[in-house]
Amino acid sequence: MNYWKANLLILSIILFIWFIVSFGFGIIWSESLDEIKIWGFKLGFWFAQQGSIYIFVLLIFVYVALMNRLDKKYKSKEDD
Amino acid sequence: MDAQLLTFIFVGISFSLYIGIAIWSRAKSTSDFYIADKGVNPVANGMATAADWMSAASFISMAGLISFLGKDGSVYLMGWTGGYVLLALLLAPYLRKFGQYTVPDFIGTRYYSDAARLVAVLCLIFISFTYIAGQMRGVGIVFSRFLEVDIELGVIIGMGIVFFYAVLGGMKGITYTQVAQYCVLIFAYMVPAIFISILITNNPIPQLGFGDQINGSSVYLLDKLDQLHLELGFDPYTSNSKSSIDVFFITAALMFGTAGLPHVIVRFFTVPKVSDARKSAGYALVFIALLYTTAPAVSAFARVNFIESVQEVNYDEAPNWFKNWEQIGLIAWTDKNDDGKINYSSGTALKGAKPNYNDKMGAYGQRLVTNENDLSNPNEVYIDRDIMVLANPEIAKLPNWVIALVAAGALAAALSTAAGLLLVISASISHDLMKKTLMPNINDRQELLFARTAAAVAIIVAGLFGIYPPGFVAQVVAFAFGLAASTIFPVLFFGIFYKRLNKEGAIAGMLSGLIVTSSYIIFFKFINPELNTDENWIFGISPEGFGFLGMFINFGIAIFVSAFFKAPPQRVYDLVEDIRKP
Repeated sequence: MNYWKANLLILSIILFIWFIVSFGFGIIWSESLDEIKIWGFKLGFWFAQQGSIYIFVLLIFVYVALMNRLDKKYKSKEDD
Repeated sequence: MDAQLLTFIFVGISFSLYIGIAIWSRAKSTSDFYIADKGVNPVANGMATAADWMSAASFISMAGLISFLGKDGSVYLMGWTGGYVLLALLLAPYLRKFGQYTVPDFIGTRYYSDAARLVAVLCLIFISFTYIAGQMRGVGIVFSRFLEVDIELGVIIGMGIVFFYAVLGGMKGITYTQVAQYCVLIFAYMVPAIFISILITNNPIPQLGFGDQINGSSVYLLDKLDQLHLELGFDPYTSNSKSSIDVFFITAALMFGTAGLPHVIVRFFTVPKVSDARKSAGYALVFIALLYTTAPAVSAFARVNFIESVQEVNYDEAPNWFKNWEQIGLIAWTDKNDDGKINYSSGTALKGAKPNYNDKMGAYGQRLVTNENDLSNPNEVYIDRDIMVLANPEIAKLPNWVIALVAAGALAAALSTAAGLLLVISASISHDLMKKTLMPNINDRQELLFARTAAAVAIIVAGLFGIYPPGFVAQVVAFAFGLAASTIFPVLFFGIFYKRLNKEGAIAGMLSGLIVTSSYIIFFKFINPELNTDENWIFGISPEGFGFLGMFINFGIAIFVSAFFKAPPQRVYDLVEDIRKP
């Protein structure tokens, strides 16, 4: 698998999770998740106003780590 | 010390800091001026991006909006953070690899066409000015409420400060001022939030506090809020009133719009390496998330405090903040049932969008308005949503220094965003319009002079927007994001991920996105605002969310038109191959 294909695979997986936690848990299935209550938060409400944002942050750092590994594997050389 | 004196001191100190940084980091070349000579540390760039991004709207208006919208307010929280994932994965590293000065630069080179470059410049200037108008209004509100100077004078002082560091320092000056402004604004946002969280729930972490039990009882704050909402005739705070499809589209339009905003993208041109651009987007989102996860907590606390401190209270015993904001004209009370008490509930208090005060006082000392009462409901209070964050420390009776801190933070948020926008406007004029299109023979020094002149002119125009705010500021924000999502994002994305797209396809795509999205917004927001209800919308999508559909129209038209014309030249294929390489 070449660098670009590997990159596209990483992108698709991360964007899939990105979609599920925000549009999925925060919007589409939000009302059903609201049935579950953890502490004072209804779960769908929590994903819409808190959880999705934490996971966004996490996703970017996972992406950074995976890409750095990939760069090393293909011995990137940056010119500037 | 009283709040006003403290505000003078805090604002004075923060402004001197910004000026000091500007003198220290003067720009010496166009590379300095446009992209800080690619020398910004990724963590510092993350902070600068956060300040650049979080505007007067994020700092002042957002928590207030969510406070009144409840769960529907999630569109802003997810929409304005989720875009960074798109930016980090799909655009920032590649555009940094391309390594030029501006966003239209990439579009002009990738689509080998000055026409494409100019369409991009046009979209960029429109988006940026729309955005700036809101910042300057924010500066005006803060000055008039906390320092009791005229809005005009406030805006002029703000313009002077931005002029100083943006014109002198360019991107370099702006970057390091934004780092300082981020520190000021986040501190100013967190301190009152933590105070209020402890006061209401005894939990020092606001992100957890708003899911906690209210002090001295076993009732959860959000349950209490739902119950208060039902009593007053609102939908429950924690459930949606908008349709799912509309929430979906608005969130998506804000996300893709965020990823397509030129003043944010250009921040990733300033870091030394491609891997730094990725890392920097991560740090930016950490710094942004700190405020964005606190905001919904602030909204919930403010909502409870607001309802409890005014509901059924006699006007003569109403808290001071209520009367102060009434003086500014952002609160009005009309005693519908003549009982001297403030009755707050769902529904509009007055007919007409804003209260028109006459100069008379009512029986209880309230300011009288000429608007007719809206008798379809018992609500007696008009309140501008923008004031919730600014009034919050007063509502919660926090010490004066916290109130002063919030004023300094709001100014930092407004000025940092204004400066970032001014820079992309001036760069697109001096670099894309002058150097790359009209006057290719000018040298570096002349280009720098053009850049500084363009920045100065843009500041004056922005200041005029602040002094004479166009009545449509709130409406045009939808415009800025809708256009960024439907014009700039698609061409950048295709520019990297779809080699075969030629200039004809790109220009047709941008223009169709621009025309479809702006016609839809103009139709519902300006020509027929009375038709702006969900039964008239296409697929139930409000104008705020239409940019997302516009984006797909752009994609479709671009691919379709592209197929009829010849493929891009080999050098474009080589360019795309090169930016895809690590």
